[in-house]
Amino acid sequence: MSNNLYTCTGEITAIIANMVVVKANGPIRQNEICYYLHNNKNIMGEVIRTDRNYAYTQVFESTRGFKIGMTTNFTGNMLEAYLGPGLLTKNFDGLQNDLNKMEGVFLERGARTYPLDVEKRWTFKPIAQPGEQVLAGDWLGEVDENGIPHKIMVPFKLEGTLKVVEVAQANDYCINDTIATLSNEAGEIIKVTMVQTWPVRLPIKSYLEKLRPSKLFETGIRVIDTLNPILEGGTGFIPGPFGSGKTVLQHALAKQAAAEVVIIVACGERANEVVEIFTEFPKLDDPRTGKKLMERTSIVANTSNMPVAAREASVYTAMTIAEYYRAMGLRTLLLADSTSRWAQALREMSNRLEELPGPDAYPMDLSAIISNYYSRAGQILLRNGSKGSLTFIGTVSPAGGNLLEPVTAATKKVARCFFALSQERADNKRYPAIDPIDSYSKYLEYQEYLEYSKIHIGENWIEDVDFVRNTLIQGREVYEQINILGDDGVTVDYHVMFWKSELIDFVFLQQDAFDEIDANTSIPRQKYMLEKINVLLKTSFMFDNFDEVRNFFKRIIYILKQMNYSEFQSDKFVGFENELQQVINEKVKA
Amino acid sequence: MEKKSFQKIYCKLSNITKATCTLKAGGVGYEEMAFIQGRAAQVVKIIGDEVTLQVFSGTEGLSTDSEVIFTGESPSLAIGDHMTGRFFNSFGKPIDGYPIMEGTKREVGGPSVNPVRRVQPNQLITTGIAGIDLNNTLVSGQKIPFFADPDQPYNQVLSMIALRAKVDKIILGGMGLTWDDYLFFKSSFDQGYGKSKIIGFINTTEDSPVERLLIPDMALSTAEYFAYEKNEKVLVLLTDMTLYADALSIVSNRMDQIPSKDSMPGSLYSDLARLYEKAVQFPDGGNITILAVTTLSGGDITHAIPDNTGYITEGQLFLRRATEISKVIIDPFRSLSRLKQLVIGKSTRSDHPQVMNAAIRLYADAANARTKLENGFELSDYDKRVLKFAKDYSERILAIDVNLEIDQMLDQTWHLFKAYLSIDEVGIKQEFIDQYWKN
Ligand SMILES: Nc1ncnc2c1ncn2[C@@H]1O[C@H](COP(=O)(O)OP(=O)(O)O)[C@@H](O)[C@H]1O
Ligand SMILES: [Mg+2]
Repeated sequence: MSNNLYTCTGEITAIIANMVVVKANGPIRQNEICYYLHNNKNIMGEVIRTDRNYAYTQVFESTRGFKIGMTTNFTGNMLEAYLGPGLLTKNFDGLQNDLNKMEGVFLERGARTYPLDVEKRWTFKPIAQPGEQVLAGDWLGEVDENGIPHKIMVPFKLEGTLKVVEVAQANDYCINDTIATLSNEAGEIIKVTMVQTWPVRLPIKSYLEKLRPSKLFETGIRVIDTLNPILEGGTGFIPGPFGSGKTVLQHALAKQAAAEVVIIVACGERANEVVEIFTEFPKLDDPRTGKKLMERTSIVANTSNMPVAAREASVYTAMTIAEYYRAMGLRTLLLADSTSRWAQALREMSNRLEELPGPDAYPMDLSAIISNYYSRAGQILLRNGSKGSLTFIGTVSPAGGNLLEPVTAATKKVARCFFALSQERADNKRYPAIDPIDSYSKYLEYQEYLEYSKIHIGENWIEDVDFVRNTLIQGREVYEQINILGDDGVTVDYHVMFWKSELIDFVFLQQDAFDEIDANTSIPRQKYMLEKINVLLKTSFMFDNFDEVRNFFKRIIYILKQMNYSEFQSDKFVGFENELQQVINEKVKA
Repeated sequence: MEKKSFQKIYCKLSNITKATCTLKAGGVGYEEMAFIQGRAAQVVKIIGDEVTLQVFSGTEGLSTDSEVIFTGESPSLAIGDHMTGRFFNSFGKPIDGYPIMEGTKREVGGPSVNPVRRVQPNQLITTGIAGIDLNNTLVSGQKIPFFADPDQPYNQVLSMIALRAKVDKIILGGMGLTWDDYLFFKSSFDQGYGKSKIIGFINTTEDSPVERLLIPDMALSTAEYFAYEKNEKVLVLLTDMTLYADALSIVSNRMDQIPSKDSMPGSLYSDLARLYEKAVQFPDGGNITILAVTTLSGGDITHAIPDNTGYITEGQLFLRRATEISKVIIDPFRSLSRLKQLVIGKSTRSDHPQVMNAAIRLYADAANARTKLENGFELSDYDKRVLKFAKDYSERILAIDVNLEIDQMLDQTWHLFKAYLSIDEVGIKQEFIDQYWKN
């Protein structure tokens, strides 16, 4: 790169791990990108604080071998994502380098690769007409990206009203071909290609308004869809100690959720977990479209051994890609595992900058940063009347499993669904370990959702779910009583109440993420099973002693679980259902 | 340390703390190695012309006019086949009495593997211990620690597994090992067939604690050489990582960093992850598996060291004394191998996952029954049977001194199911009941 690409240059004056101070010879801009010239390679960094002509920068790679006086070039631009067709199926690092294009087995320092394919041809169809007035984000045309209508939009950076001068004819084009020309208010002609850039730390706001979520976002996970539903454009978080099932749950969501586009950001977690996605997603089918899962997925992987500053950037890169697809009117899901690692990256840098520390040495503005991030999710109404949504679910890894620690506490303030994973449930292998009582969905208070559920799920759905929830709460209370008073110290009715709640737990809450059939339960099937369970909960049985209670419930739990493992309404399923009926009839008659 | 003509020599230290010293110097690279009166040191901070060095063997007795030589190199080690059978200290010098050998110098603590070049781990590692093979199956390329109280025989277990595992190299990284434990490892590998495979990097309690910080990088860079360049299967043993983390906190406190939980540096997670993530399955067949030890204080796993470790590693194995048989077992409740899904029921018999889960569920019921008994409640018939099951299960299958093939473990568990329980109580898929419940 030649020097005139840069706004100014400088020299390194201090190096403390991945924080480097640079004395600049010109104006510097907060969050602009700079390149340190090290062994003939450009190593990338970002300005995170300025003090007179000193730039405090975070280096996105290792600083090993950096020396005082090293030349640094400032670009004047913030960290930007490249947006265009072909993002799906890709594996990026936190700075959106295409990991597959990198050479060698090891990540070499200073290596950078372009995120998109410049030679691939896309079949373009125009949408806008010459003469039309357009604004940033309006659709000019579309290409088919693995069956997904990928809209080519008026670049988000363009300001004011523009006029369409020309739109390319339907044909095959590369991303850098001009597909439209626009003129702005000053009469300047602007050429539009299929790729544009956007600074990742700023939200894309090319929509008319944000709407309140109202539609169920189906996940196929019973304890979520039924008891703690998340809505399209909603937010949720999954806190839990290590080993409680956060990642398995996120992968299940990535596989099954009713999204058209899924962006996964592996933020400071294990490399082998992304390898699992790389390996499996190209083979697995999207249950809704029959295409391969990878075709709707894009992965941003900045695993725990990759540079910490790039980890911090990774969540923004992923959010920007998700917002880009939402602007096409698509149902987008963004998953981040784990947002705590992002917060820790912020903490490391804040400590190096010697900022005044907040609780647990996290930066004072941690809450504000998290809340800003979550607020980028949502359902939007576009100017053309279409709607798009970005549902966001992040995991949180509380230090010591303590839900009062700063990251969990800050996230709880902003996320609308709280899927609390319980250590006790995980220890007892009651997966998914989502605590049915401690968890909540604020969407259950949304009038919009209550109406939606009446029409789309069932007239009595909310009442049925409440009944199940109350039985669970009752079961928990009764369990404590039995523990205090002993099996013989309570009446047989107590045992029945307890076992009714166990029945819900084993048959409905627990779900085997590794069983092909049980892993994903459609809404009609959830409804069918819930109603079946409710009938059982409301039936009075006759028992002589508590041993009999236990044996009976174990028997019917066993049969109901066999139903869960069978194809819905298959002969096998119906067979078990009939067997269940017989067992019950005996007990009711007796 | 020999002086070379191009090396810069300084002799004025402006500040000395227990683990670091500061001096004015120019042209120094970040993380460069230096020697202060022959003691190895590394650049950890540069502000203008002020360079702060971390002195690995401690600063005791250093004077402000000590001679400082910068090497112009980041940490490196002469790695090669000649290392086999040898034991080294934190600086890569032999401690086994045999002469120094030359090899090509390689950078220590180099770059990470591109995640898209990794292969999903898929090879089962057997140890003969049911607490591992049956309940928490290990896979090549996995990283997993033992969580153990200091009085538990974790080093014995580690060496037993190393000797039974079918690998090409065993690399031992000993941090804060007692001299006795070092000799124990050495002699057990000498006696077993391990001698031809072992390489050790040892920091004992006699050495400075800060020196330990070099051990994992040495061990793992050596492992990378054998796994990547030679396509070998390498098992790395790191014991005790708690002492490693303690050394990290010593240094960060000396550098006036703001401590986070339990006086640990805020970067503890990244510091540990950088090491553990060296575990990998390479595309050409070589792999690195890491078995570590994290000692607990008072069994507290919420402490920052085990807590961060658990978030990084692919599971954890708890050592516990089972009171009913007074033998050490791997606790079936709290232990977890996150990679077991990749092999159980696939590389092992198809009933493995269900048998494993059912036995653990029954074992949990037995624990409840025991609590009932302790609280003076009467036991039901089921409670009594499940207690008998649990005792036999601990004694004949789980105990760490039992050595079985996985199929034997499964057969024996079926045998115990049948002896004490009904089909409903065991709750396994019908197809497996049909196949295994008979004889
Ligand atoms: N839904 C589930 N079904 C079966 N096993 C599960 C489930 N969720 C978690 N597990 C088990 O728990 C382990 C840890 O889960 P993981 O999601 O990696 O935990 P976390 O991300 O919270 O540390 C998995 O490897 C698996 O063995
Ligand atoms: Mg996880």
